[in-house]
Amino acid sequence: MADVILRNISKRFGAVEAVRELSLAVNDGEFLVLLGPSGAGKTTTLRLITGLEQPDSGSVMINGRDVTLDPPGSRDIAFVFQQYSLYPHLSVYDNLAFPLRSPARRVPEPVIRQRVEQTAELLHIASKLNNRATRLSGGEMQRVAIGRALVRDPSIYLMDEPLSSLDAKLRAELRLELKRIQVELGATILYVTHDQVEAMTMATRIGVIKDGQLLQLGTPREIYESPSSTYVASRLGTPQINLLPARLASEIVLPPGTETIGIRTEHLQIAARNGGRLIGRVHRVEHLGEQNHVHLDYKGQTLVTLADPRQPLQVGQEVELHLKHPLYFDGVGQRINAMVH
Amino acid sequence: MTAAIAKSTAHSIVESTPRAKAVAGSLVILYAVITILPLVWIVATAFKSQSDAIAYPPKVLFQPTLEGYVNLFTVRTRQTPDFIAKLPPPETWYDKLVRQHDMVIAGPSKVVPRFVNSLIIGFGSTFLAVFLGTLAAYAFSRFRIPLADDLLFFILSTRMMPPVAVAIPIYLMYRQLNLTDTRLGMILLYTAVNVSLAVWLLKGFIDEIPREYEEAALVDGYTRLQALRKVVLPQAVTGIAATAIFCLIFSWNEYAFAVLLTSGEAQTMPPFIPFIIGEGGQDWPAVAAATTLFVVPIVLFTVLLRKHLLRGITFGAVRK
Repeated sequence: MADVILRNISKRFGAVEAVRELSLAVNDGEFLVLLGPSGAGKTTTLRLITGLEQPDSGSVMINGRDVTLDPPGSRDIAFVFQQYSLYPHLSVYDNLAFPLRSPARRVPEPVIRQRVEQTAELLHIASKLNNRATRLSGGEMQRVAIGRALVRDPSIYLMDEPLSSLDAKLRAELRLELKRIQVELGATILYVTHDQVEAMTMATRIGVIKDGQLLQLGTPREIYESPSSTYVASRLGTPQINLLPARLASEIVLPPGTETIGIRTEHLQIAARNGGRLIGRVHRVEHLGEQNHVHLDYKGQTLVTLADPRQPLQVGQEVELHLKHPLYFDGVGQRINAMVH
Repeated sequence: MTAAIAKSTAHSIVESTPRAKAVAGSLVILYAVITILPLVWIVATAFKSQSDAIAYPPKVLFQPTLEGYVNLFTVRTRQTPDFIAKLPPPETWYDKLVRQHDMVIAGPSKVVPRFVNSLIIGFGSTFLAVFLGTLAAYAFSRFRIPLADDLLFFILSTRMMPPVAVAIPIYLMYRQLNLTDTRLGMILLYTAVNVSLAVWLLKGFIDEIPREYEEAALVDGYTRLQALRKVVLPQAVTGIAATAIFCLIFSWNEYAFAVLLTSGEAQTMPPFIPFIIGEGGQDWPAVAAATTLFVVPIVLFTVLLRKHLLRGITFGAVRK
């Protein structure tokens, strides 16, 4: 186990700048999640760490060793691909044993058997070892894919959206399991996803990435509660954070330079009119069972808030709005760090 | 009530009606009969006597004999009945068969060495073409090669004119290099013709195999060549089998170059078979016997690789 450090790496594919001056340190035993939309440079970043791509500039350090020019096989990395991760011509056992059978590694066959069986046990696929890889369900395939990485004991596990092709139920299940395994093994994982729930639930730290640049790095709590920009703020949280132009809220005191106010749905509270300064009108109520999403019309702007399902609300009713922990952003979407409440 | 009406009039759009099945089935059988008939005729002719073979109207039922095969494998001389009567009694059944026609066996014919030539040249060039084609196709599929498209077109362009158009230059080159009438020469020639086909066919198959498979192997510590052998080749096996069959059929049946460049040592079956007619009248049963034997290896090879060819249908059915 060790840490991985990226120093100012850049990678360009023709006219596309996939990764721009990215620096990142993954600490030992950490579950770091890179969160970003497709095309943000997440996968390229992983491929640069594996050595499947060479950076145009910058360096990759693993375990304190500069591996920028090393071939993939000598970097002591395990990689879980988004898809095509199993060899269809091999059995589940042989798929799991494949990384250990690499000629560079020379693991004796009894040790391989032991490792494969342990891993299969860990992932609850022990009964499937003799199946052909193609005879598995999607969830089982992805377990085997993760198992192919776990049979080894590398410096770092890189995972490229390993759960994205599964349905919601399986994804939730494997998410929990992956976190359990990571904690059990004390593994260092760099995980890439566009799914904020995966990021929030599994990560020790989250790195939000966009257009090949790392926008913010921090614990899930930090990122959620204290986003550095409107982009990061809207990446996390469902329904999305309300972004209200400051000019529509002249009634309240704002720090200088504020152009946008961010209010998380749970921080926007509504109450019957009682002399409050911000007045909105109920536009639509969505019943989700455990809570309601209330869409409000505020000076032509739609705001969403959460409400108790038992709270009686009529469409068209006027309510007063209270902002708890509002976030202030400047003209380019950067956070203004002011302690005004 | 409605169900009963539906049952009597409507039919499923996925399940064909018994009548449609019967029509389709008989069409297939008819086609099969038409295609197989010439082959059956050849196999039958090989067991006919010379007079039965040219009888008119053709004989469907006849007294089978192995004369054709005996004539194919032996060289005989015609003798007077007196000479034959003085000989010791025939030692084998084929001696006996030959003496009935006032002939004695002078020795084995050249069919076995010619057949061996065909096997060595056919399979040798097929192996080389598929081997080189696989490596080239892999390189074209996976690496950024400068002018890759132009190179691929150049490789294909070698197939654009009929091979015989270059027969004279090749003949002259081969004479300079002492490659005429050698097995090596024929193997190289057929490999050169087949390799372009192999590269194009195999590139298509290898393009279909996701790169992630090899990349996973590379990350796991395999070298590029090991990944090719352990991961890519097993998955390209369908394409390799299909390509090998195409290459073998070409080099096995090739006639024009074989006539031009081989006459003795390296002669293959296609130029040899016509010679059989000339040796001692029109010996159609012997020709038919040679043709039957000639078809066997191709049939066997195809049957052996059939499993892989059928798997081609499900190729790529793994989750995408």
